[in-house]
Formats: sequence, C-alpha cells, structure tokens
Amino acid sequence: MKKLMLGNEAIARGVYEAGATVATAYPGTPSTEITESIAKYDEIYSEWAPNEKVALEVAIGASIGGARAATAMKHVGLNVAADPLFTASYTGVNGGLVIFVADDPGMHSSQNEQDTRIIARGAKVPVIEPSNSQECKDFTKEAFRISEEFDTPVIVRLSTRVSHSQGIVELGDRENYELKPYVKNPAKYVMMPAMARRRHVSVEERMAKLRDFAEHSLLNRIEWGDKKIGVITSGIAYQYAREAFGDVSYLKLGMVYPLPENLIKEFASQVETLYIIEELEPFIENQCRKMGLKVTGKDKLPVIGEYSAGLIKEKLLGETSEKLNDIQDEVPVRPPVLCAGCPHRATFYVLKKLKLTVTGDIGCYTLGALAPLESVDTTICMGASVGVAHGLEKARGKEQSKNTVAVIGESTFIHSGITGLIDMVYNNCSGTVIILDNSITAMTGHQHNPTTGYNIKGEPAKKVDLVKLCQAIGVERVKVCDPFNLKEFEQIVKEEVAADELSVIIAQRPCALLKHVKFGTILTINQDKCTKCRMCMRLGCPAIVDRGDHVEINSTQCAGCDLCPKVCRFNAIEKAGGRE
Amino acid sequence: MNNTSILIVGVGGQGTLLASRILGDVALSSGLDVKVSEVHGMSQRGGSVVTYVKVGEKVYSPIIEKNEADIILCFEKLEALRWIDYAKKDAKIIINDQRIDPMPVITGKAKYPENIIEKIKANYKNVIVVPALEIAKKCGNIKAVNVVMIGVMARHSMFEKDIWIKAIEKTVKPQFLEVNLKAFEEGYNQSDT
Repeated sequence: MKKLMLGNEAIARGVYEAGATVATAYPGTPSTEITESIAKYDEIYSEWAPNEKVALEVAIGASIGGARAATAMKHVGLNVAADPLFTASYTGVNGGLVIFVADDPGMHSSQNEQDTRIIARGAKVPVIEPSNSQECKDFTKEAFRISEEFDTPVIVRLSTRVSHSQGIVELGDRENYELKPYVKNPAKYVMMPAMARRRHVSVEERMAKLRDFAEHSLLNRIEWGDKKIGVITSGIAYQYAREAFGDVSYLKLGMVYPLPENLIKEFASQVETLYIIEELEPFIENQCRKMGLKVTGKDKLPVIGEYSAGLIKEKLLGETSEKLNDIQDEVPVRPPVLCAGCPHRATFYVLKKLKLTVTGDIGCYTLGALAPLESVDTTICMGASVGVAHGLEKARGKEQSKNTVAVIGESTFIHSGITGLIDMVYNNCSGTVIILDNSITAMTGHQHNPTTGYNIKGEPAKKVDLVKLCQAIGVERVKVCDPFNLKEFEQIVKEEVAADELSVIIAQRPCALLKHVKFGTILTINQDKCTKCRMCMRLGCPAIVDRGDHVEINSTQCAGCDLCPKVCRFNAIEKAGGRE
Repeated sequence: MNNTSILIVGVGGQGTLLASRILGDVALSSGLDVKVSEVHGMSQRGGSVVTYVKVGEKVYSPIIEKNEADIILCFEKLEALRWIDYAKKDAKIIINDQRIDPMPVITGKAKYPENIIEKIKANYKNVIVVPALEIAKKCGNIKAVNVVMIGVMARHSMFEKDIWIKAIEKTVKPQFLEVNLKAFEEGYNQSDT
C-alpha cells in the first residue's frame, strides 16, 4: 500500500515496522510529528519526556532492557541530550537505539543553525541521512539493524525539508521483534574509569568496522550519468543537486558518518569535475580535502541557510533566473504574531508598561520581542531566561532585579527552568520569574506536558503542581494570577519585582487555540466614543487595525477575548453582538 | 521537466496546510509522483506561509523556485504579491480577494500596497480573483476559505471532480464535512473573473 507521508510520519512508520516498542521525546520543530505519529501506533509505548536528556536516557534504558527504542529531537535538543549521548556511545546497546535529530537550515523555527553531524562525530556515533519520505522509513529500519550489529546508538539526521515534506511511501509489515534478555553487565553499562577505558577501545574498534561497512552499505550508492560532472551529496541536498544538474554522476551518501573513503576515491577518479553539495558545514567536503581530492564546494556555496536547485545553478553553473515583474518593491514583511486572544499579550503589555528588563525563553512568547510589545531583552535557549536573570543580578547587584523579570512557559520551565530556579533559591537571588502557564506546549503544535494533566495519548495523567513545586524548592513568594486581570496582574508584578526576595508569578490562562477555550462575542470600536488615542494598538493584536483616520476591529480576526476593552479609557470598545 | 508545480500561499491560520493535504491526496490517487513541502512551527503563528506541491513523473526537490510555479493559490492579496515572482509568465494565479494586515501595517510602520490585483493582472494574464471569504461566510464557516479555494482550483485542474471530493472526505474532520463540501461546490462553480 502506498501512502503520502511527511518525512516525520515515515520515520514513525519505520520505527513501527522495525518492531520498536519504546519511543520518547520532547517536542521541537521540525521533529515533533515523529513522536506524535508514533503515538498513534498502539504497539509502541510512547511518551512526552520533560526534556531531550531525559528522553534519551529513557531510550537508553529501554535499549539496555532489550527493546528497540527511539527518541526524536530538534538539533538544539541534541545539545541537551549530549551528556547521555557521548556515554551511550561507550556503553553501546542491547536492543537497537536510534536517535532522530532534525536540523533546521534556514532557521524556520530555531535559534541557531548548528549541524548535527559535528556533534555525532564528537560522540563517535554513526549518522544516517535520508533524502525523502521513503528513505525515512527504509533507513530507519536499517538504522536499528546497524545499531544492533555494531553495538552503537545510531543518529538519523533529518532537516526541515525532509521532515516536513510529504512524499509517497510504500508501507511494509511490522517486524516481530522479540525483546532481548536483560543481562547484568557492569563492564558494559557502568561507565566508571576502569570500565570506560576498555569501552573506549571498543568504540574505536567499532568505528573501524563501521568505516568498512560504509564502503559496501546499500545506504551509499553511485548513480552513473555523464562523467564530466560528479556530485557527492546526501540528504535533501541530493534532491536539489539532481534537479540542478540533471543526468550527471552522483555519489549519494546515505551514511554520512563514518564516510566510505574508498568509494569516494573510486567515484572521484572517474569524474572530471567533482562537486560536494551539502547544507551547513563542509562535513563531507573537509574529509574529501583531507584525502587529497580536488573538489568544489563551500568555496562557492554558502554555509549559511538552506540550499535549493536554483541556488546550486546560480553558484556553480552561473545560471540566474530572469525577473518577470517589477511590482514587488514595497511588500511589507509579515512576521509571525501572537494570536488574537493569546494570554501572553496581556503579560507583555504589562511588562512593557512597567518598562522592565525581560529575560525571555523559547516558545510562542518569544514573539513578545517583536513590535509593538517589544518586551523581551534576551532569548538564548530552553530555560535560559531564569539563569540569565540570576546572572544579571549577580553582575549588577540587587537593584537590577527591581526592574527585571524572567518569563518562561510552563513546558519550558519543566524542561530546564527548574534547575535555574534552584540556583536562584540556593544563591540568594531576589529576582522574579514569571511562569507563563497556558496549559499546553503551544508553539510546536499543542503537545501535552507534565503540567497539563494528560499524557501523549490524551489520557489523564499525574499533574505537576507548579505552586507546590516552587514552594518545595524554597521559593517563599509564589503568586498565581490570570494576566487578563490586567490591574491585579500589574499590581502583583510591581510588588514582586520590588520585593527583596525571590518570587515566582504563575501567569495562568490557557492558550486561545485550545478547543475548550470559549470566548464571548466579538468586539467592535464605537467610533463616536473613540478618541483615537490608540492605547489599544499597543496590545499588538492582529485584529485591531489602524486605518489612518480611525482604528477598527477586524471581525474575522477578533477572538472576542475581551482584553482590549480593559485598556480603553473611553469605553469605546463594545460587544459587536455575535460573530458575522 | 514537465512536473506541475503548485504554490499555496497565505497567512498562518488560514488553513493552507489542509489545502495542500487535499491536493496531495488528489495527486497521489492519480498515480503520479508527488511531494508536498510544508512549514510548521513559529511562522504558522500569523506569519507568511507557503506550501509547495509538485506533481509529475518523478519529483526530486520538494521546493518550487522563482518562475517555476504553474499555479499559485493565494489565500490573501498581499501574500499573492509577495510570492508572485514564483509564477511562470503564463501561470494560473488564483487570488482570494481578502486583506489581512501584517503587523507592520497594523502598527503604521508600513503601508498595505494598493491595487494589488490590478498590478498582478498587468503582469500576468491568467489571474482569477475569488471572494473566498464571502463565499465561506455564506457556506456557514469563515474557516472554509481554504476549501473554497481548492474548489476554484479543482475546476482548472487536470483531475476529475469526484477525486477532489473523495480527498476532501478523507482529509476533513467529519463534523466539518458538510460545510466544506458546500464550500468546495461554491468554489468549483465560481465563474472566472
């Protein structure tokens, strides 16, 4: 049976067909749908873990326990999971262990553009790279096999365009994989110096075997065409190269670490001009240059951003596309915005009004950095809002915390804000942390987390009580408030920022896009009462539009959340009486 | 290369993803190769969004580039203008005559360009303008804009009408099926303007 599947859905299918029984992840674009799709197979236990490190550790445990286990994350998630990764490389596996990592060239939804292959090489873990949905499924099954044959975790590297492109996939049956016996083996699984020294030897032996394997693996294939041009490429770059060059010769690498040096040399010897086409870092290219091959690659192609067939044609073949019109001179940008009805809008409105320094974090609320709210001062990585606020105080003294808050979503707080907050408690910080609790992991497309009371399948689950958690680690001032109660919220923020002690404010209001969130009737501006003071414009609501001579509410955009009447001093914003 | 390239552009939240999934399903049932490239994550939050659909004997790159699109399905006027250079000179350009102001326009830092439709028509000859929001409202749900647009495109496509309807039945949630089938029908029956 053939099906149109996202790369991520095809990965999930591969995990299913490989007979895996445990999958765990923290959501992160562009990897999220892998685990969401796995959760639809009842044969596989699946879960949202609090963060990628925990997820990988759970997968390692499942592997040691004899199951085929999978975990998925975005590129920056691998940084969080790097600690277990580097040592799981030493322990090896029992059941197959595959780590799916989705890079984001072009940063569609990320804070940096790092290349997973470099971390994998550091950890000495083999990397497999599919270039379309069918390969996502097939390579996943091969990854589990390689993991067991070579006693190693395997990374399957994806990129946004592979993960989020649908392609045709031929479905197969699920392998009847039997749980391997669990045998106590401290020499393999207890990584203290004496044992780890021996395991490092095994790792190096394994790498040698994998280099051998790469030479003959079907993951790497040559497609002979015109031999004037030879292209070594992998992943999505292969698709772009095929389209740019047409019928030339290709060495398409499905295994990008370790590389098949002899195969590369053989291929290089038969073509006149050799191009290396890979997004981000010159990973394959550097190795080829080290081997003494004459290649063209990053000397002409960028290390920044996404590739395309057009870019390859332009940079390598000197072909540019003709401009067919001149009507696009003044197209205003359309950056993403907080949705109409978004709870974060109220929070940032207050923070901006109070002119606070705001250390921010990763989530929808990162958009609080954009005009007109423009509240956020810093965004580094998951959980950093808390540590950065603490560091600001330690650098600039207690006075700094009188005008600083950290803002962090509830899911991000669970992910890696808790330890930062413990640092604040332990090291006597008087800062203020606002946990934006919108009852869901929103930005990645509404995943449950340990605070929502539901698991990945939507079944009721134990719920972390944020108030009790903060109190338990020693935060004495914990306040809970709905940010839409603007006055009360503003008052609480003022008090807590002024306090000489550490405080946590839990700004609690569900995401406007959650199904159970029901707003009232939509709003309209009574032009007779409106003085055009434009206070409402400061909310940055996509439904409130400045028409120049007047301000109006766009009835198709308005959610009816009732926030804007609260900032209008002239009671000019009224119920419109039903949605059109 | 004789692949058909279709670009679907709009504003995050308008349902371009669902439209591309219906289109992908139609292409799959035709027995051709197909790739659909979507954007998820941050830009979905009210940002400019684009989906690429490519259908043909063999599709390599999932991306459509400048001057390559055979059809552009535009859910919003400004987005039509933003992506118009992806159209071939003789591309079918189907535009929902709806205006959604981006934040720089809302805050007064930029102007919403005037006479977008006229400008596009002056440069491209196959332009179809659809009051999709009005039609969707008439059908009972403003969110059905995407399926109205699919309906318009269906009439100009190489695929039979019932293949489209089957794809909609497969893709749309049961509780919204009736309104969406109505929206499709209305779109399908739009006269070209």
